[in-house]
Amino acid sequence: MADVAVSPSVVLSLRGPSVTTEKPAVRVTLIVISVIFLGVFLLLPLAAVFVEAFRAGVGAYFAAITEPDALSAIKLTLLVAAIAVPSNVIFGLAASWAIAKFEFRGKSVLNSLIDLPFSVSPVISGLIYVLLFGAQGYFGPFLRSEGIQIIFALPGIVLATIFVTFPFVARELVPLMQEQGTQDEEAALSLGASGWKTFFKVTLPNIRWALLYGVVLCNARAMGEFGAVSVVSGHIRGKTNTMPLHVEILYNEYNFAAAFAVASLLALLALVTLVIKITLEWRYADQIVASRRH
Amino acid sequence: MDARVTNEVNYPAAGLDRGIGAAPRDKIVDVSVENVVRLFGATAALHGVSLDITAGELVALLGPSGSGKTTLLRILAGLDVPTAGRVLFDGEDALKLTVQERNVGLVFQNYALFRHMTVLENIGFGLRVRPHERRPSRKEIKRRALELLDFVQLSGLEKRYPSQLSGGQRQRVAFARALAIEPRLLLLDEPFGALDAKVRRDLRRWLREIHDKTGHTTVFVTHDQEEALELADRVVVMSEGKIEQIGTPDQIYDDPNSPFVFSFIGESSVLPVNIEQGKIWLDGHALDLPADDVPSGEARLYFRPHDVVVSDELAGAIPGEILAFRRHGGTRRVDLEVSGRDRIEIELPADFSHGLSGWLGIRPRRYRLFPASEASAS
Repeated sequence: MADVAVSPSVVLSLRGPSVTTEKPAVRVTLIVISVIFLGVFLLLPLAAVFVEAFRAGVGAYFAAITEPDALSAIKLTLLVAAIAVPSNVIFGLAASWAIAKFEFRGKSVLNSLIDLPFSVSPVISGLIYVLLFGAQGYFGPFLRSEGIQIIFALPGIVLATIFVTFPFVARELVPLMQEQGTQDEEAALSLGASGWKTFFKVTLPNIRWALLYGVVLCNARAMGEFGAVSVVSGHIRGKTNTMPLHVEILYNEYNFAAAFAVASLLALLALVTLVIKITLEWRYADQIVASRRH
Repeated sequence: MDARVTNEVNYPAAGLDRGIGAAPRDKIVDVSVENVVRLFGATAALHGVSLDITAGELVALLGPSGSGKTTLLRILAGLDVPTAGRVLFDGEDALKLTVQERNVGLVFQNYALFRHMTVLENIGFGLRVRPHERRPSRKEIKRRALELLDFVQLSGLEKRYPSQLSGGQRQRVAFARALAIEPRLLLLDEPFGALDAKVRRDLRRWLREIHDKTGHTTVFVTHDQEEALELADRVVVMSEGKIEQIGTPDQIYDDPNSPFVFSFIGESSVLPVNIEQGKIWLDGHALDLPADDVPSGEARLYFRPHDVVVSDELAGAIPGEILAFRRHGGTRRVDLEVSGRDRIEIELPADFSHGLSGWLGIRPRRYRLFPASEASAS
């Protein structure tokens, strides 16, 4: 027995467990709890969406997502995202540029205002626009006399979506740009580059992955937003219904298969977003501040 | 250690003979700074600074942090604007020129290399962003960038990204990038600040060689006096937004004109003395050193620890009681107590031998007296 070679793992266990290692029973319990939790709250619903979507068969699935109202909802959702996301990219770039590279009065106010949409309930966000632009709102009479409709039309949906997705790009860029400082820009300017060339050749490439990260999250929220859009949309079928609203209408009409079919598209979007997000975090962790924050 | 790293500390001067990167004669400028003031809110970073730099000169702006040296450099570069005063390049008002128009080569302390570009793209950047009519062809840009890369002895690294280079290599890429635009003036902000001591010394010599070959008017900012004194033709010592002294390294070191320069440059020992009847009195004991034309009253006597003659004869000398001997490299340092309260340090040859206690008479070979009011102000 004395001359039996001792394997390294035996040596390790002879030293006793490290202070941060729990007993096996505790470990197993914790893991099981986490797995059950994830399963019940995340995986099961996700699977249910797809199961329910295909319950009536593949034919019904495709019929549900290609019927005119569904197509119109998909188009509207894409259109809203196509307006809201670039708007917030421009705003996010401008705001983070200003906050990170310049000193001015009210900078901290601007910085905290950007976060406001995160702390306001989406329903309130929608309501704000109804109060401003609705028939009884502040600008209602003026808008009516000019024949402009904002509430219960595309502009209202776009405004509400922009408001709700406001922080995604800026939140991502401000800390990164603050960390990078202005030296690269100063170097480019002193080498003769114009302001625009400096922006496109130096500033933008320095933040590209963080920007993409912000855009992906912003887009996911823009397409999936329900509360704010629900208040301003008016739920006119085939006209002001976005995908999440369409899902709700179908569901309320007990058309479960169709509701889940459209919902599956949103779920798919979520999965794609998740994959892109993880890939970015994994590949460009050093250039994405968010992945270091938590 | 890989061969490249060893190579880095060994800069053959051979590559310097080709005139690559040399400043065209008509392009290097005289720089004139006249009464430049820069206020940040109520605080002044520069209070009326005037300075003339001759074409082709290598000038160091030396001072502690907060002395305004970097602000002055940024004003020269066009990255900052003075509140008042003038900056002239060859007599022409430089403040009217934008950063881009000034055509100044700038090397930052942290290099500010573009991290998403290769070494070659970094060097060619200044040429690539020129307006269409002044932009060389793609091939020409590449040729010049490669030539400069060779000039800074980094051939073969053109495809690397800045993150794949050592500090010293980045520094040289930043240098090549600044030279690529054929600058009228080269400005270096703490060029060796982020490097370790050995690389620093080698790059210092390398920079001097490059300057001698290319002939650019060069201004560099440093807080390292050794660097300034070794490298520069002239040193501008700054403190609290003012220029304390301008002079050659010899003048600055041997003839400091203020208590600040005396204590900031090199090492100094200070003793409180009294001036009366043209004599220097130390604790009621007259030193046989002329007081020159320093007014009567309290004063401070400054001298260099190594610039002294030591004997056992105390009469007329500074009497110091030995506290400790310390070996310091090639010399021996002695801590002394004078008048029972002031501590001074002197530096003697390593072979100096003396008992471990007792008294020494110290006669500074060179010294300066500053009235006490002036000395305490700095």
